[in-house]
Amino acid sequence: MYKIGLIVNPIAGMGGRVGLKGTDGREILQKAKSLGAISLSPKRTSAALEPLSVIQGKLKLMTCPGDMGENEMISCGFVSDIINGIKSKETTFADTQKAARIIRDRGVDLLLFAGGDGTARDIYIAIGTTLPVIGIPTGVKIHSAVFASSPSKAGELSLLYLQKKIHQLREAEVMDIDEQAFRNGIIKARLFGYLKIPYERRHIQGGKLGSSPSEEIIHKAIAEDIVESMDNDFFYIIGPGTTTRAIMQRLGLGYTLLGVDVVYKKEVIGLDLGESELLKLINRGKAKLIITPIGGQGYIFGRGNQPLSPQVIRKVKRDNIIIIATYNKIVSLKGAPLLVDTGDLSLDRELNGYMQIVTNYHERTAYRVKF
Amino acid sequence: MGMNMKTKLRNYHAVCWDEPIIYELDRNGERAIIVPEVDKKIIESVGDGISSIPKSMRRKNLPQLPALSQPQVLRHYLHLSQENLGVDLNIDIGQGTCTMKYSPKINEQFANSEKITEMHPYQDESTSQGLLEIMYKTEQLFKEISGLDRFSLHPGGGAHGIYTISSIIQAYHKSRGEEGKRNEIITTIFSHPADAAAPRVKGYKIIIIYPDENGCPDIEALKKVVSEHTAALLITNPEDTGIYNSKIAEFTKIVHNFGGLCGYDQANANGLLGITRAKEANFDLSFFNLHKTFSSPHGCGGPGSGIVGVTNKLAKFLPVPVVSYDKGNNKYFLDYNSSDSIGKVKDFYGVIPVILKAYAWTMSLGAEGLREVSNVAVLNNNYTMKKILELRGVSMAFPEHKHRIEQVRYSWEKLAKETGINTENIQRRIFDFGTHYWTSHEPWLIPDPFTIEPSESYSKDDIDEFIAILGQIVKEAYEDPKKLKNAPYKSSVHHIDHDVFDDPSKWAITWRAYKKKYNGYFQPK
Ligand SMILES: Cc1ncc(COP(=O)(O)O)c(C=O)c1O
Repeated sequence: MYKIGLIVNPIAGMGGRVGLKGTDGREILQKAKSLGAISLSPKRTSAALEPLSVIQGKLKLMTCPGDMGENEMISCGFVSDIINGIKSKETTFADTQKAARIIRDRGVDLLLFAGGDGTARDIYIAIGTTLPVIGIPTGVKIHSAVFASSPSKAGELSLLYLQKKIHQLREAEVMDIDEQAFRNGIIKARLFGYLKIPYERRHIQGGKLGSSPSEEIIHKAIAEDIVESMDNDFFYIIGPGTTTRAIMQRLGLGYTLLGVDVVYKKEVIGLDLGESELLKLINRGKAKLIITPIGGQGYIFGRGNQPLSPQVIRKVKRDNIIIIATYNKIVSLKGAPLLVDTGDLSLDRELNGYMQIVTNYHERTAYRVKF
Repeated sequence: MGMNMKTKLRNYHAVCWDEPIIYELDRNGERAIIVPEVDKKIIESVGDGISSIPKSMRRKNLPQLPALSQPQVLRHYLHLSQENLGVDLNIDIGQGTCTMKYSPKINEQFANSEKITEMHPYQDESTSQGLLEIMYKTEQLFKEISGLDRFSLHPGGGAHGIYTISSIIQAYHKSRGEEGKRNEIITTIFSHPADAAAPRVKGYKIIIIYPDENGCPDIEALKKVVSEHTAALLITNPEDTGIYNSKIAEFTKIVHNFGGLCGYDQANANGLLGITRAKEANFDLSFFNLHKTFSSPHGCGGPGSGIVGVTNKLAKFLPVPVVSYDKGNNKYFLDYNSSDSIGKVKDFYGVIPVILKAYAWTMSLGAEGLREVSNVAVLNNNYTMKKILELRGVSMAFPEHKHRIEQVRYSWEKLAKETGINTENIQRRIFDFGTHYWTSHEPWLIPDPFTIEPSESYSKDDIDEFIAILGQIVKEAYEDPKKLKNAPYKSSVHHIDHDVFDDPSKWAITWRAYKKKYNGYFQPK
């Protein structure tokens, strides 16, 4: 028996159709409805369920009542358990979070969820990386790497995973977009956390790359390279992300996944530090800064690492910035340069040009950086 | 007038024997050949051949080899060979960057002649003058083709050639007391992956250059990364995209200015023969794949040979022996006289059958013929490109480059967006028509890529037939994508699960590992 959970955010995507870019907040939802928005979730979710029909007899499904999954199941001809304690109409993000916890606790092999970045955020808040998930893209804002590249790809990926044709899991970024800024045409995505997704080379958004072995192996190789060349005279400021985390794991140190940590003589001397703490440390000596761009959009500064302020970057100096990334990540930029947006234009200008990205053990890729 | 294969595609069906691994066919007690006991008299005069081996080195148990009768062995390998789609069986132009060109059968006959197969590498030079002459003259031909000064015929493949080049580069810098300092090799992302992988084995750090907006290696990036740490530039040209880097002489100049060497990967030379040479672009080293370009099939159909050429200043580092000619005595000989040689990269002197075929092929074509090879290879490719780009949903990388050399990297990005069919779906479906194509080297910078290289040996009708198959598949993608997704229907193997390639716990490279991990015939334990 294959056990799957399904959570549908019934309002995801409604804003987009009427030009509102997202549906976070009650007011916006009302506005969207009054503009005649209809939800895309049911149709797209059905498209994702379709590929699973070949194993229908072996599926044990669990979902939420009404708009949050039951309706889609019925329209696809699937029979499923409906969980208790969730309303069937006018649901909110709290219902998404609650449903995710209930489904996780009742035990499934995989959780499918339909929505956008906001939905991914709720799933992350509720269950973190305790369960493999796959996002069905139905929302307006899809910047998180947890979504399949299309609804039907989500279904195909689920099928491959359940049938054990793919075995690997990877942590994919959940991005948090500032909706207010987004509605004004500015994309400011911040790394919010990670969800665990089945890893198949070509099914995840922005991840259509036919890349080398597993991410994890390359992360380890990059970490080996960095650790090998570590210099005891330097403070190492380690930016957020799973690529940088591998360095901390290689050193056997504690770390924060989303925060900025500092290592000196291969020991942690600060976790999750803010700008002023960083400045205090680097004023005591020389420092190197290790960062990884955010997948799919390529920012190295100005997104998701606020403590790395212009002062910190200046103090470290351009030559002491070490960028690390797997080819998966570089390919996801589709040839676009790495980006900086430090908030200090003259610094952005200095960073402009070519930098070398550590892409594997003893391998660097010369890549353009633009502001 | 024959049948029009463009309008009437073949109703192909592959053979499927469901063939077990040979160990699983073991029938205890059966034998293919019973070797007769050695004659007593022989034992008396030369010994039994075993007791002279120290006791500790003699095996205690018999090898656990499968026991089969001769017909069973024959059936097994014929079954496997029938499940193959080789160069002699299909229009093999889907192997971009791997030129499965036609290799004239007469050259195979030369290589299979007893005059070659009965030779022994240890036989006296006086009895192998003919072969030594062929080796010597092959080298002279390649000196002319490349403009370089000396060749080693030793390496047994392209990657091996690059490894040899890396060893020479290392020896050169060592001879100048710069071995430790010069620890970086620069290559490009669209060069063959072996140009990065082989020097890495020699301990080099690799620096990769990305293309600029136009698809050429970014010369500005080169200027930024080149330094006194640069040991060499190792580069393919044209790159995998089929784009010729016309600034190549500037590239070599930049690297030379910093004291680095320049190595040219000419594995696929069949768009360049008689047109450009390593020398004119100021390369110090180069290699050719005799398989692929010079009348031997590639890969498992090999064996291969990746011969390495160098300029005079590097000749003393070549592996020993080289074949030299003693004019006074009119004698060819194996020349070990080199104090600075990097030593051996392979046993003996090179892959003789492949060298012989290359010699025969080149001599039969002559200088004009080689040039014609290139002209036809380039013409075929540009014709193919025009026809492929007329298909719905297809595009090529860096379309502003209207002219390509011997191959093109294409993309199904649009088709994938419009139909959900990606390059791997197509790769599987194309088997149903009795041919195949290769996607591309990873990483896939070009979305949903495929690389086609028609080479000089296919006719217009062959190319049209292959494109008609692609056309049929495109039609299906728009009309019946579901059917396409479940393909192949008529191939020997339905679907290979790639995920296990990433998972060492699933690998079974030896029979022992296989027994441990599998319950017989691919049933995981
Ligand atoms: C450009 C290029 N370089 C190097 C190689 C490596 O050659 P081989 O496969 O013989 O090791 C190949 C072929 O695969 C090639 O196409």
